[in-house]
Amino acid sequence: MSRIREKFAELSAKKEKALIAYIMVGYPNENATISSVRGLVKGGADIIELGFPFSDPLADGPIIQNASMISLENGTKINRFFNIVKKIRRETDIPLILMTYTNILYHKGYPEFITEAKNAGIDGFILPDMSIEESKEYLASAKNMTDTIFLISPNTTKSRIEKIGKSSSGFLYLVAVYGTTGIKTGIQNYTLKAIKEVKKITSGKIPVGVGFGVSTPDDVKKYVKAGADAVIVGSAFLKLIEQTPQNKLELRIAAFTKSLKRQTIIT
Amino acid sequence: MKYPKDGKFGEFGGKYIPETLVPAIEELEENYLKFKDNKDFKKELDYYLKQYAGRPTPLYYAKNLSEKCGGAKIYLKREDLLHGGAHKINNTLGQALLAKKMNKKRIIAETGAGQHGVATAMACAVLGMKSEVYMGYKDTIRQKLNVYRMNMLGAKVHPVKSGSKTLKDAINEAIRDWITNVESTYYLLGSAVGPHPYPVMVRDFQSVIGEEIKVQMKKISKTPDVVIACVGGGSNAIGTFYPLVDTNAEIIGVEAAGKGLKSKYHSATLSAGSKGVLHGMMTYLLQDDEGQITETYSISAGLDYPGVGPEHSYLKDTKRVKYHSATDAEVIDAFLMLTRTEGIIPALESAHAIAEAIKVAKKSKKSESIIVTLSGRGDKDVEEVQRYLSKHVKN
Repeated sequence: MSRIREKFAELSAKKEKALIAYIMVGYPNENATISSVRGLVKGGADIIELGFPFSDPLADGPIIQNASMISLENGTKINRFFNIVKKIRRETDIPLILMTYTNILYHKGYPEFITEAKNAGIDGFILPDMSIEESKEYLASAKNMTDTIFLISPNTTKSRIEKIGKSSSGFLYLVAVYGTTGIKTGIQNYTLKAIKEVKKITSGKIPVGVGFGVSTPDDVKKYVKAGADAVIVGSAFLKLIEQTPQNKLELRIAAFTKSLKRQTIIT
Repeated sequence: MKYPKDGKFGEFGGKYIPETLVPAIEELEENYLKFKDNKDFKKELDYYLKQYAGRPTPLYYAKNLSEKCGGAKIYLKREDLLHGGAHKINNTLGQALLAKKMNKKRIIAETGAGQHGVATAMACAVLGMKSEVYMGYKDTIRQKLNVYRMNMLGAKVHPVKSGSKTLKDAINEAIRDWITNVESTYYLLGSAVGPHPYPVMVRDFQSVIGEEIKVQMKKISKTPDVVIACVGGGSNAIGTFYPLVDTNAEIIGVEAAGKGLKSKYHSATLSAGSKGVLHGMMTYLLQDDEGQITETYSISAGLDYPGVGPEHSYLKDTKRVKYHSATDAEVIDAFLMLTRTEGIIPALESAHAIAEAIKVAKKSKKSESIIVTLSGRGDKDVEEVQRYLSKHVKN
């Protein structure tokens, strides 16, 4: 069982849902990334998504776009990224997911990139522009190495959800709203409906996580109540990182994480 | 390749898209397949192409230019004479009509030089639809005139300030809009790029250029020896080339070499790029050694793009088409030469093709013939050319 699935099993036994936190590595610098991860772990995050910047993040809203740009300007490179992952791995066993765009993996070569990521301590991948139609080589390279987390959307058809479910491992990422990351639309009825629908279709074979536009403890609470196995918070963390001086980062991230995590415990 | 079912030209093309767009892309493909050979649809499009856009365009023998070069006869396919001043209207009329059949009320588009934005605004105005156009902030400055034209035609222009603030970022922003408003919105892509079925659909709508050339050449009783068009995303080029790939003609696409291929300042994707994934497709890209897309440069905003249509990547790798490039300096020379010998002011994009034609003509026999697609007129560029000349030409 992968580290990600073990985490879900462990949480399920405790009657908890997973809190997944996203941060962009190298934003605004490497020290901030390390402090943020410490804060996330301390605050009780269950899984961490580490963003690797891409020049053209077309599924991302302004907050992650800006973070990508700054990270790239700061010289975030693949090697430096993996060194940070290794550093994090020395401190914690928390499942780590790498989120970036297809071209970064394709350019280096899927097997090479995935092997290197695995060796550094990465447990899974999220590529928002990777469709199942184009995923053959990616899946073959990740097999028995890392999880491949695919995204689905509230407008994804039933037969497609089944197909994507089969290609996914770790969990299935349900995009909560029509739009890019970090947009605020409030909780939509169609999202709550989609969560129930997807849970029914996947019938417990794979956990379902909800992300995009999830930013407050109240959001977390509502999605957990609707049946999500995990909630993913990203842009809200980046905003907090942007506003917090370096020396207070770990504490503030831990406090915010705690406030989110509390809502994933089913009472 | 007639209609690549999975959207693949060899290994190129495909659909690398966020899942939210999948139903929209499927709906688009379904409707495109339904209407593309539909008699009524074709009749309606044909009507607009003839009566509104001004097709067919002449195949003009540029006698003065040919004599000045001293070699082959140069023929110009005069897409610059179309309504709006560029070949872009061929595609926007086709796609806007399709969007109307699909009951889409809101049209979005990206634009580089502004020609596709203007052509979208025109097609939407005449068909009674609303349009919004994303344009790189840098391009809104260097192609100001086209921003005014779009505004007057009733389109809303969104200047894009992310990334390099040019065409690639305008496409990113248009895709983000589409993800957000996927149910109501039709994305009218202007070049033969993006996820399947766009590259093949745009090619089909632009193929009217090559189809007409075929007929017009018959009247001159000869198939062309050389066919030349400029390549940014590559829509006028693929529209010119596709109907002619089965002939014996030598086919040449011309990319923007900017300040030279050895400098960082060019947009010559096929000449200097490597394979990768951007904007929903696998194709040649200009990227660094870690797969980050690099900033491009060209004197012509319409060629200033780090990717290229996937069918061009395929035609390059199968060696059916040669891809050359022209520097800014060569382009300005060609621009001035055509302007002064023939009284035709070409778009800077098209002047890349003219520059190649001049090179080829000088080395060819008088009995040979060269066809150049003059994709657009240069009114929009006179300020840019003036700026270049005052910087580079003393006295």
